[in-house]
Amino acid sequence: MNPGIPFILIAALTLSGALAAAILPNLVHAALSLVLAFVGLAAFYFLLGAEFIGLVQVIVYIGAVAVLIVFTILLTRPAVAQRGDLNWGGVLVAIAVMSGLLWALARTALPANATAAAPMTVMRVGQTLMGDYVWPLQTVGIVLTAALIGAVVLVMEEDR
Amino acid sequence: MITTADQIFVLAKHAALSLLHGAPFWVVETASCLINLCAVLAVFLTLFALISVLERKILARIQNRYGPNRVGPCGLFQPVADGIKMLTKEDIVPRDADKVIHFLAPVAMVAPAILALGVIPYGRNMTPFSIDGGVLFFFAVGSATELAVFMAGWSSNNKYSMLGAMRAIAQMVSYELPLILTVLPVVMITGSLSPDRIVDAQAGYLLGAIPHWFVLTPWGAAAFLLFFTASLVESNRTPFDLPEGESELVAGHMTEYSGFKYATFFMAEYFGMFAVSGLAVTLFLGGWRAPMAFLTFIPSWIWFFLKLATLLFTFIWIRGTLPRVRIDQVMRLAWIFMLPMAFACIIAAAVWHYYQRGAIGWMAALLIVGAVYAGLSQILETRRKLSVRTYRFAE
Repeated sequence: MNPGIPFILIAALTLSGALAAAILPNLVHAALSLVLAFVGLAAFYFLLGAEFIGLVQVIVYIGAVAVLIVFTILLTRPAVAQRGDLNWGGVLVAIAVMSGLLWALARTALPANATAAAPMTVMRVGQTLMGDYVWPLQTVGIVLTAALIGAVVLVMEEDR
Repeated sequence: MITTADQIFVLAKHAALSLLHGAPFWVVETASCLINLCAVLAVFLTLFALISVLERKILARIQNRYGPNRVGPCGLFQPVADGIKMLTKEDIVPRDADKVIHFLAPVAMVAPAILALGVIPYGRNMTPFSIDGGVLFFFAVGSATELAVFMAGWSSNNKYSMLGAMRAIAQMVSYELPLILTVLPVVMITGSLSPDRIVDAQAGYLLGAIPHWFVLTPWGAAAFLLFFTASLVESNRTPFDLPEGESELVAGHMTEYSGFKYATFFMAEYFGMFAVSGLAVTLFLGGWRAPMAFLTFIPSWIWFFLKLATLLFTFIWIRGTLPRVRIDQVMRLAWIFMLPMAFACIIAAAVWHYYQRGAIGWMAALLIVGAVYAGLSQILETRRKLSVRTYRFAE
């Protein structure tokens, strides 16, 4: 199976972004490299014809998560001495996560020839969200609302 | 009415592509993309040059001055002089700046703005980059500018830059919400995220004189005003130009930029303004459609650019008229006024739709929007007496 030039280019971009995020000593540089990896993932979704999920990936991960990460880095204290050697705990966690994902991937039966995704319409997105996935959606909504209220309570001033 | 004048650019592109007859598919496809890209860049770079001088002229007129009038007839060649000046200026990079990110920030700023310009239908069959999720694409690329602002502020290694960047990001994140929520009613009514379909949904005329533009419905008018206000904030224009705030923050995240890099930021700001005005025209003002049935003989792209020019003039007019607001006022407006109003627009649009989009629905939508507006202005005590502001941190 020929992966094609776009696939190779996007894969190289994503992997180099992810690698840079893992090994760069400066946290802000690492966060910006992570953004590169996010862009690569979004490009993969586009390549697979999943336009909607690709666009949402960009909005959520680049527009929100990356900004959040960057703010977190700036507003917290810099890491205790930045050592040059590897963080072995992190490596172990990464290996554990990756082997778990590989195990799941190996056990999943992939269809031999995937059918092209139907063109995205707002109606389909809406029906799926409000029909099949209405309970997960509502649960996520409650969790997020709780998190939001928690955040507001944390920053609220005592005497006002 | 599809005439030659209407389709002249489409025909020109087809003629150019027919020169490649017999070439492999990917060559034709690439050439087609390149033609679209060059057309967008050429048109908007010209418009940028034009608006930069027109803005100064209009502001001067508002302030009882002449404005630039030395270079060329009526000062029209001022942008050429400005361009030469910007290109030949020394590019100063602070010694302790993060060189790579400092260099990348202006690029990361202007690229999303150009991408966002791609999905807007400029005329009949004249969308440079037509995808199903065009509106979503617009906001997806738009959300990348926040990161570019951060890159500029952080890499400059200057506290004014960082403060300015923080303000800019806080403001942009807050206003992204009303901006997207006011688009929602339009998407709901059309049932599509494609700008082409949204323009098509506004086709036709009532009695041959009143177009079916969304701005002429109560929810559409309210959503348009909210969208326009939010777009003023997103493109950092007065009265919401706090990120730049030259009298308080030097120039915000652009403090440590000079020469052509500074010009690139400037260009990104204007491109963002064009893009968001173009989206406003597409969503609420009927895109390239003529305002009256008998005016359809005028080519569609002329209508689009006329509407765009009207919005851009309003941007400049507001800049010449209103003073800058405080940062707490900006944030307050977004969260406690614009957000509830945007939700009211969504409900009003739904009611309008389920009353068969007729006169009763129109009145009901007006009632909902008006009631929420009146209620909010009571609750928020906008008419409360002015008093001396108490400072908590700066005694």
